[in-house]
Amino acid sequence: MNNYFLKRILYVIPITLAVSFFCFSLVHLSPGDPMDAVVSPDAPSEVVAMVQSAYGFDRPLPEQFALWVSRAVQGDLGLSAANGRAVTSEVFSALKNTLILAIAASMIGFTMGCTFGTLAGYFQGSWLDRLVTGFAVGGVSIPHYWLGMLLVIIFSVELRWIPSSGAGPGSSSDWAFEWAYLRHLILPAVTLSVIPMGVVTRTVRAMVADILAHEFVEALRAKGLAERRVFLHVVKNVAPTALAVMGLQLGYLLGGSILVETVFSWPGTGLLLNNAIFQRDLPILQGTILVLALFFVALNLIVDLAQARLDPRIQRG
Amino acid sequence: MSSSTLDASAAHEPLPAAPTKGYWHSVFGRLSRDPVALVAGLILLAILLVGLLAPWVAPVDPYATSMLSRLQPIGSPGFWLGSDELGRDVLSRLIYGARLSLLIGVMPVINAFVIGSAIGIVAGFVGGRTNTLIMRVIDVFYAFPAVLLAIALAGALGAGLINSLFSLTVVFIPPIARVAESVTTQVRNVDYIEAARASGARSLTIIQRHVLGNVLGPIFVYATSLISVSMILASGLSFLGLGARPPMPEWGLMLNTMRDAIYVNPWVTVLPGAMIFTVSICFNMLSDGLRTAMDVKL
Repeated sequence: MNNYFLKRILYVIPITLAVSFFCFSLVHLSPGDPMDAVVSPDAPSEVVAMVQSAYGFDRPLPEQFALWVSRAVQGDLGLSAANGRAVTSEVFSALKNTLILAIAASMIGFTMGCTFGTLAGYFQGSWLDRLVTGFAVGGVSIPHYWLGMLLVIIFSVELRWIPSSGAGPGSSSDWAFEWAYLRHLILPAVTLSVIPMGVVTRTVRAMVADILAHEFVEALRAKGLAERRVFLHVVKNVAPTALAVMGLQLGYLLGGSILVETVFSWPGTGLLLNNAIFQRDLPILQGTILVLALFFVALNLIVDLAQARLDPRIQRG
Repeated sequence: MSSSTLDASAAHEPLPAAPTKGYWHSVFGRLSRDPVALVAGLILLAILLVGLLAPWVAPVDPYATSMLSRLQPIGSPGFWLGSDELGRDVLSRLIYGARLSLLIGVMPVINAFVIGSAIGIVAGFVGGRTNTLIMRVIDVFYAFPAVLLAIALAGALGAGLINSLFSLTVVFIPPIARVAESVTTQVRNVDYIEAARASGARSLTIIQRHVLGNVLGPIFVYATSLISVSMILASGLSFLGLGARPPMPEWGLMLNTMRDAIYVNPWVTVLPGAMIFTVSICFNMLSDGLRTAMDVKL
């Protein structure tokens, strides 16, 4: 039984190394001298020398990679080429805001997705089912950055109900659990929730329909169990998969939020990436991608382990 | 109609003479009887045609700027769908934009279909250590959410159409290779492949004659389901300034440049996004229809 858990955990090591290598090589993918990619052209000579020794571009590639990983493990992801600040602190302060947004969006998407999916699964083939399914297809087909603009136009430009940009009053980048800040969260979170909502709706609908077709459901009804109690049995069967899907969706949101954050000027990793792309700030790009990808790897691991805990069949493979 | 007669004749003969032609005929027949897929397909065809015929269809030159008529609202004289921040006609730019937007949305999936299928079929057919090695490398790409991978590559390579095409191709190769590998592995162990091998057929011949015909269908259906995502991502990269460059007419880029005018001219601003959404949802519905028509379960 522990074999599965051990194998799954050990599997993270090569993946982490490979992900690190990919992020490391981003600097070399960038056209031109890698040195120009990680330090701004007008940096003072002592900074250039420091960066040169930190990256060791004159040494062979495997050595450079080892150097880079050893620095990364110590929490040193280099300095931003645009403003000279430490990449690690920039990324983690942005990550906090992205997490707030992604978690809010997941909660909205999950609640709506489960509700819609269950309704559609119960009333298969009805007009409600068709409406929900159409809605779900729309949810996964909509360019979410465009949906964000649409919501801004409706609620900020035309109705002037809620603010359209930033994370809080003024240009604050620190978020707090207060109405003044929550107002700023509404539009980006709703925008971002559309994709997980579509995916969860589809999954839950398919699973509910599948489980309702099982004989045990008929047996429960035949023995006279109230429909409410039958429903609980259905929920119990759907929950592990729905939660796993949601866990993975949370990971996709971390990456997918870049476009939405750009639309709403939400001060998270997406906006950071966007600025890094604009200013060709490779260290920030590299650091942010690394942190997000490792976060995604960890999330995948947690989802797999949790699912195996809930459903012993997975462990047996 | 012709397909139903074909079906009927197929029922009489135990082995139809040209099975592939009959199969695609019946798939197309079933697809054309699916109203949703039919409408989606026709809309896509119309958009494609309008894009191809842009020089004849578009009212004016999409690059012609006019400082005197900037940010005109929808329905202005001479600008049916308004004008953008440089006074260019939005309708003409949307029409010309279909060319580039469809190209950068569909091309990555076509590229990835060719490369990913090749990788997956080889991995599935050869099996053993080679398979493990290839699939483990593919697994690494699953450690990145698709959007993040595309942005990482395009961001590092720098802005440009070729770079964005390349990045999206890389994003779609792993999922297609995975599907190709799994269907090939299933087919590989079927009796007639064993028979072909026992009769001394070379691997390449077996792949050509027996494997491809059986696996390309499912892989193709899966690939079509990715076009919708690809459309959104390709335009998204342009929206971030990583794909098409100004002044090219491209929907994602138009959305980006007109965004600054969201308070002045809101409803014109959203038009390019509406086009991306339309194309994306139509590809999704067409792909769903194709999946049903080809009876593919993935």
